[in-house]
Amino acid sequence: MTTFWLVVVLAIALGWPLGHYMARVLRGGTAPLDVVFLPVERGLYRLLGTSANGGMNWRGFVMAFMFANAVLFALVWVMFMTQDALPLNPDAAPNMKWDLALHTMVSFLTNTNQQHYSGQAQLSYLSQMVGIVGLQMITPMMGLAMLAATLRGLFGGREAIETAEGAQAPAIEGGERDVGNFWRDVIRAGLRIMLPLCLVWAALLTSQGVPSTLQRGADIVPIDATVEMKTQHIPVGPVSAMVAAKQLGTNGGGWYGPNGTVALENPTPFSNLLETLALILIPVGCAFMVGPFTRRRKLTALIFGTMLGLSLLSGLGTIWLENNAPGTAAAIMEGKEVRFGPDASAAYAALTSQTSNGSVIVMHDSLAPLAGGVVITNMLINSIWGGIGGGVIQLLVYMLLALFLAGLMTGRTPEMFGRKIEMFEVRWLALLILVQPLAILGFTAITLAIPSLAGVSNPGAHGVSQVLYEYTSAFANNGSGFEGLADNTVWWNVTCAIVLLLGRIPVLVVPLMIAGSMARKRVAPEGPGTLQIESPTFALTLAAVIGILTVLQFMPALVLGPIADHLQLAAIAAASGG
Amino acid sequence: MQTSSTSAGHLRRAAAGMDRATLSVAAIEAFKKLSPRHALGNPVMAIVLLGTVLTLVISLTTPGALGYGLLVTAILLVTVLFANFAEAMAEARGRGQASSLRAARKDLVARVRDEAGNERHVPASELRRGDIVIVSEGELIPADGEIIKGIATVNEAAVTGESAPVLREAGTDRSGVIGGTKVLSDEILIEVSAEPGGSFLDRMIALVEGANRQKTPNEIALTMLLAAMTLTFVIVVASLPFMAGFLGATLDPLLLIALLVCLIPTTISGLLPAIGIAGMNRALSANVLAKSGKAVEIAGDVDVLLLDKTGTITHGDRQATQFHALSGIDPARLRDAAMLSSLADPTPEGKSIVKLALQQGATLVDPEHAHFVQFTAQTRMSGVDLKDASGTIQRSIRKGAGDAITRYVQGLGGASDAELQGRIDAVARSGATPLVVAEGKHVLGVVELSDVVKHGVAERFARLRAMGIKTVMITGDNPLTAAAIAAEAGVDDYIAEATPEDKLARIRQEQANGRLVAMVGDGTNDAPALAQADIGLAMNSGTQAAKEAGNMVDLDSDPAKLLEVVEIGKQQLITRGALTTFSLANDVSKYFAILPALFAAAIPSMAAIDVMQLSSPRNAVLAALIFNALVIPALIPLALRGVRFTPGSANALLRRNMLVYGLGGVVLPFVAIKLIDLVLASLGV
Repeated sequence: MTTFWLVVVLAIALGWPLGHYMARVLRGGTAPLDVVFLPVERGLYRLLGTSANGGMNWRGFVMAFMFANAVLFALVWVMFMTQDALPLNPDAAPNMKWDLALHTMVSFLTNTNQQHYSGQAQLSYLSQMVGIVGLQMITPMMGLAMLAATLRGLFGGREAIETAEGAQAPAIEGGERDVGNFWRDVIRAGLRIMLPLCLVWAALLTSQGVPSTLQRGADIVPIDATVEMKTQHIPVGPVSAMVAAKQLGTNGGGWYGPNGTVALENPTPFSNLLETLALILIPVGCAFMVGPFTRRRKLTALIFGTMLGLSLLSGLGTIWLENNAPGTAAAIMEGKEVRFGPDASAAYAALTSQTSNGSVIVMHDSLAPLAGGVVITNMLINSIWGGIGGGVIQLLVYMLLALFLAGLMTGRTPEMFGRKIEMFEVRWLALLILVQPLAILGFTAITLAIPSLAGVSNPGAHGVSQVLYEYTSAFANNGSGFEGLADNTVWWNVTCAIVLLLGRIPVLVVPLMIAGSMARKRVAPEGPGTLQIESPTFALTLAAVIGILTVLQFMPALVLGPIADHLQLAAIAAASGG
Repeated sequence: MQTSSTSAGHLRRAAAGMDRATLSVAAIEAFKKLSPRHALGNPVMAIVLLGTVLTLVISLTTPGALGYGLLVTAILLVTVLFANFAEAMAEARGRGQASSLRAARKDLVARVRDEAGNERHVPASELRRGDIVIVSEGELIPADGEIIKGIATVNEAAVTGESAPVLREAGTDRSGVIGGTKVLSDEILIEVSAEPGGSFLDRMIALVEGANRQKTPNEIALTMLLAAMTLTFVIVVASLPFMAGFLGATLDPLLLIALLVCLIPTTISGLLPAIGIAGMNRALSANVLAKSGKAVEIAGDVDVLLLDKTGTITHGDRQATQFHALSGIDPARLRDAAMLSSLADPTPEGKSIVKLALQQGATLVDPEHAHFVQFTAQTRMSGVDLKDASGTIQRSIRKGAGDAITRYVQGLGGASDAELQGRIDAVARSGATPLVVAEGKHVLGVVELSDVVKHGVAERFARLRAMGIKTVMITGDNPLTAAAIAAEAGVDDYIAEATPEDKLARIRQEQANGRLVAMVGDGTNDAPALAQADIGLAMNSGTQAAKEAGNMVDLDSDPAKLLEVVEIGKQQLITRGALTTFSLANDVSKYFAILPALFAAAIPSMAAIDVMQLSSPRNAVLAALIFNALVIPALIPLALRGVRFTPGSANALLRRNMLVYGLGGVVLPFVAIKLIDLVLASLGV
């Protein structure tokens, strides 16, 4: 409990200044430490050539985003499949098979870090440092850039929010609006936000004993050495840099297969606090960024307030459910790190699924069934903090839907920030609503229908949860696993790669399209008849829309998975107790 | 006047309730609408219809499923019928309105005049745009058109329901006439403005019948959203057998179809067409003819209302309100002189002077040997010369504009008066028009003519303000007069000495600031502004150009009618939003009824989540389905009437509707399904 509250308080205390700083970095004008960063940025812009100059409309921005994705897609895929021939491979990791390489690359490209491999054995230092950490650094900032562009669009374009304080946007209709420059956003955010934070975190984690070396790991004789295992190889490497990036960038992909449950990734209570805090630091910063970035300061109150409310509800709920699981306390400790105990484990599980992080210090497979259900629900909502950029974007999508209903109920054609939500926008919103159940439930059903594909370690309801969890985690770009799945198969690798892409590309691109279309519209000034969205009434409406939408779409699946699992466990516990 | 059993009267009555005839017509229509072609127009109900067919096939082919299967099939069929009935109900009421309108369109024969001036008789249905027809006293006007010559009183009761005759005159802002109305006096030449089938009446009939009804953009958007939700639920339900299969459970296909039908938003989808048609009907009941449903709907968003002063805010003719005698002049002398000079003055101003003088104690006399001097554009005066029996002029009284009277008095050797100028200015400053009265070479005083603000206008503007709508008055008056009238009428802003270009510029400026602008006007020079505005409400009494330019016509020619239109527009959106919320909220509790029933047989531990404790799994599904079907007809009156709109803050409105339709939507099915289950159990089902 202490860890949870400490993390929440620290995240708010640090997230507030961070959010303001992020807003300054992403807006035009001066920002702190321009002396240091500007020359570097100018150098990078020169390398990129003309594309780094001037603004882009939403189409240009999306094209740049897709182009960057395509280039990284190709480069990293090839790197994974040829790593044996490439330098920096002291542990002689073999080339990856095409499907595992595809899944691994897509998983890191989509800021998900779902791992069907064990890094310490299957990736070279080069693949880890350049392929994995590179994507871990870049992809969250791509998400942030998409958020910045979406917000610019929703408020009528870059000029509209970067003109003098309080100046109203020009309301002339039509004409594509400048939503910023993709390259500039990614470079500035990467250099000024992600890189410094990672440096600080990596240094702090190294101080706690997380390995940070390019040397090959030691071979030691274990104290319980047997004939089968005379010596044990202790895999190390530049671990702390990667852990810093995976925690801060809502990535989640650890150096080691079992992620943060390995003591080398998370050795001390202080490192655990640092890592838990890092889970939500930048996502909380994103919520605080919205107000100063758009100059509509009270908007932060709505977005931060809604997210915080849902976060506390789900966080405290997970901790309570974990402590009140059916069965004995000892039985429920299976798969949990005794160093942290159920509270810190549950808090971490809640926060890692609220953000789209997905790193773990407890096997979610071992959580109490209902706590596992909350974790799945967090990922389905995917905007209680959510991924960097993606979380707020997803909340904006929920807001569009809530405003459509709320607008009607107040007798006005629905609008957001004074711009009407019309057929074009609703058509694409409808698509976004459809993609999620189609991807998650569709693949879950197919996989369960053909048991040979599933490779689940458990029969019955728990098996349903495992499969449902895997696809939910992929779509949410979370990346945590329920584990227990034999998931390194062509089926799992390819289908997860598809779901990963569906959960990333449309979810970031469609809202920007909508924002691009909204940007061109006439802005209605706020009047007495306008709905005040920064109000408890609307916040509750928003929360209701989020809750009902998720419940309606996934209730039956959750009933057959975690809830049935819980009921069966409860029945067994009652039988053995009585 | 047999036409006073008016169509509009019918409209109001028809809107008030549902009579038995309408109900039976609608019931028959509900069955006709079962055709697949109709079903395709509404994707949600199409799914229910498909489900009905599937359950029928399943019950006929699966052994042992017959009785229960047919029961489910029947309930699904009834669900579709109820939805069709709601739509048919709205249409039937429209048709009721239409048939009384049709009565006004008789087989008329028109007298058409060709270029040579010859008359020939042509059936009204063959009149083309541009034909010139003659209509005389007692005849019905054969087609919509504009008076190009003459002046007439017309009874428009057949269309507007207003039995008091109205004046229609060529070359004025009141030159438009409607086919089917009756000329009570005089003879007029009309240029036909509508092609056959395109007349006012035809359009009204088409609109109220709901034929060729265009869905509004908002309705299409909502339909799209509902279709997406429906597809989502299809995916949800389709994935269930596979998940359950992994658990070793087989799910009853009948129950799966029942679950799907309960989840998809049937309530709002079933009522959506009815809400749209009812909105148009309500507009028509308010005697507003909207050219599209969209126009009514966006009226709910209006931020600024521009209206022409004359004929809308004020009566448009100035009335004498006070006599100001110069010092040393007996007020009674001014009063009597003003009255005498106005006795033969046919203008409204003249009549009002007589009326005011009588009110102030003058006695009406009929002077002998009086010679009345008519107003001419040259003299800009009128008056009276009273003669004795020999014909010598005894008294000579004149009234007119200040400068005209001053010139007249000076011509007779009188002196100009410094006090007079002060009085004239004082009257002008108060927003009135000064009229100077002189007898011989002596100026007596000033008559104050004020433009009288219509009764009740101020209150209606206050209500518009409460809805957040700003009113702007446009007038050709000088700024002083305009300010005074604006204050009296309670408008928020005014434009004085306005030209048509000024109106247009103001509308564009408001629109550039993002506001949605409504314009109320009647004159030809209002036409560009009516076209530019987002909502152009033309007065029926206005010119054809104005009516063509606007997107709504008010048959009562009441400018404050916009208030009603705004309320109807808002109500329509609120009804849609509230029922959508209700429909989705229902699903939460339906899950609680159906999911335990669905899984109970296969997974025994599921009994623990059966919070509703329904009598049996089969009854649980039946109860949910019955609730799902019954809720549609139960909400028809609400859909037709519209959810109440109360002016106030948007947040208060949202809070109220979320509580009633959101929270209520979650709670109500729990109670209702439980009750239905109790009834089913007691019936021994």
